[in-house]
Amino acid sequence: MFAIEVDNLTKIYGKGETTVTALQDATFKVRPGELVAILGPSGSGKTTLLTCIGLINEPTLGTVVIDGTTVADGGWHGGIDLKRMRREKLGFIFQAHNLIPFLTAQENVMIALEINGLTRNEAKKRSVELLSALNLGHRINNYPSALSGGESQRVAIARALANRPKVILADEPTAALDTENGKNVMDLLKKLAVENHSAIMVVTHDHRMVDGFDRIFTVSDGRITDEKIS
Amino acid sequence: MNLAIRDIRYHRGRFILTSIGLGLLLGVVISMGGIYRGLIADALAILNTNKADIWVVQQGTSGPFAESSRIPEESRYRIAAVPGVAAVSPLAFQTIQIERSGKPFRFFLIGYGLDSFGGPPDIIAGRNIRQKHYEMVVARAMRIELGEKITLGQNEYTVVGISENIVSSGGDPVAYVTLSDAQEIQFKKSNHAIRNDRAKIGAGVAGNKALSPQQAELLKQNIIAATESTHTVNTVMVRLVPGADLKETQERIERWNRLRAISDAEQTAILAKGMIEKARMQLGLFRVILLVISGVIISLIIYTSTLDKIRVIATLKLIGSQNRVIIGMILQQSLLMGVLAYGIGYLVILLTYEKFPRRIVLEAFDLQMLFVIVMAICTISSFVGIRKALKVEPAEALGG
Ligand SMILES: Nc1ncnc2c1ncn2[C@@H]1O[C@H](COP(=O)(O)OP(=O)(O)OP(=O)(O)O)[C@@H](O)[C@H]1O
Ligand SMILES: [Mg+2]
Repeated sequence: MFAIEVDNLTKIYGKGETTVTALQDATFKVRPGELVAILGPSGSGKTTLLTCIGLINEPTLGTVVIDGTTVADGGWHGGIDLKRMRREKLGFIFQAHNLIPFLTAQENVMIALEINGLTRNEAKKRSVELLSALNLGHRINNYPSALSGGESQRVAIARALANRPKVILADEPTAALDTENGKNVMDLLKKLAVENHSAIMVVTHDHRMVDGFDRIFTVSDGRITDEKIS
Repeated sequence: MNLAIRDIRYHRGRFILTSIGLGLLLGVVISMGGIYRGLIADALAILNTNKADIWVVQQGTSGPFAESSRIPEESRYRIAAVPGVAAVSPLAFQTIQIERSGKPFRFFLIGYGLDSFGGPPDIIAGRNIRQKHYEMVVARAMRIELGEKITLGQNEYTVVGISENIVSSGGDPVAYVTLSDAQEIQFKKSNHAIRNDRAKIGAGVAGNKALSPQQAELLKQNIIAATESTHTVNTVMVRLVPGADLKETQERIERWNRLRAISDAEQTAILAKGMIEKARMQLGLFRVILLVISGVIISLIIYTSTLDKIRVIATLKLIGSQNRVIIGMILQQSLLMGVLAYGIGYLVILLTYEKFPRRIVLEAFDLQMLFVIVMAICTISSFVGIRKALKVEPAEALGG
């Protein structure tokens, strides 16, 4: 079974005369544990692709299947519980600022676990494990405002991985970091995704970051070229 | 994990400050309720200490407190003779304002018969009135020392006792003198007025040629005695013998005399409903306005705090939070603010209510009702924030 199956996915923004076709006829499949890097110029449709797969943005046409569940077939699939899919199957990491400011590092991870039905104690235990694996064992009681950019991003990774999702979607997770930190964060992300057997799609502007990925998607004007690296 | 509490903990300064502000507002609401209850308690204080079954007043009036009432003192004997009446006590009273150490000083002066009921409540210092004249007992709140001399009318009165607090239906502290002293203060004319009246009566009688000089002199004396008599009282209180029929006794008192017999329950209604109705409506209106203002403020606070949290809410939606998590966060914050503000308001009033110029009576029922209302306002107020939050798209968590 594939982690992600996308068939003829098209996203058109707007209505009437001012429509933008941000994504056109994307078709691909990603296996569990596969690492996919997404490259492309600004405005080419990379974020649109991630948000359509991530059930944040309703596709206009085409089908999206996540871990065997059809979530979109020309708009959302009838009766699909998007929130539940998001918390059980998907993990998100974005550029910055997506930690909850009034929760500590540990609580930011715990909340993802608790909304997925874990008890407080289970959530506590797993959040400490995750944060320790990301070398943040000493920062668990800090608020995001007291964390560096790299540390924040590692907390976001811990949160994205918390529920062992089948699919991890990351939109420029290293954009706000310097090269060294960026590389560090990217390596941890890849390592944990592989351990977890999660499919991962990472948008990046930086060609130097694509080392170690299995595939590279290049997006240009809403069209995707799929390049396998062997 | 309770998100509402985490958010409050993180922004505690702001939360506490707003709650204090709201708390003071609620304190005013609580105090207004207390003032209203205090008005009732004051209005009924004299009724409650005197424990009369019937108040006999001038016919056609709702006296003696709500309206002025004057009846002849001697009617006490006829009332006492009515079957079912155990004891009577005539009272004469009036509100007096004098100058005391350079300031206006108001009190309510009651004159009562030393041999009957209607005197001061418990004496806490000094003694009760013993002499027929020129002794006075004052309520504690008047802050008059034992032995102080106070001039009322043409005479000087010595304070011989201090009683537990008691106020008139208007909220003024009460002082006691004997009935005859009170009658003199209230009804005796000045010497100048007496001379004037006597001259007029004399001239009038002398002008009547049909009368012999002896007849004229007799008539003159009678008229002068009648006009100068101070044997008038404002009310006669009646206590019934056990088992006497209240209605029947009232009717009997009214039947033979030009009097109205008001039962204690009717008197309570006159004082509690009639006299303070306007104050009640005024206070009620203020309370409603203040509660509406509190509601608007809470709504605004919750709404702006929701706006501040749009990103947080979008992130929560992004990671798949159920709506109840988000609704719970906003609603709980609103309720917590209400609870804290209520607590602060209550505490402020609890610590200060004794220092208010008017009596404040805090009744558990009022406080509980207000708490329920505040909780309802908080719930309703949070709807605007919740509505906004539910419209937030998870996509708003993306981007810079
Ligand atoms: N909500 C929207 N409404 C209308 N047009 C949109 C919307 N979001 C994106 N677009 C348009 O769709 C196209 C693709 O945008 P998208 O954000 O996917 O690009 P991107 O590849 O992520 O760019 P960048 O590298 O700058 O993040 C752009 O032309 C953009 O203007
Ligand atoms: Mg983008």
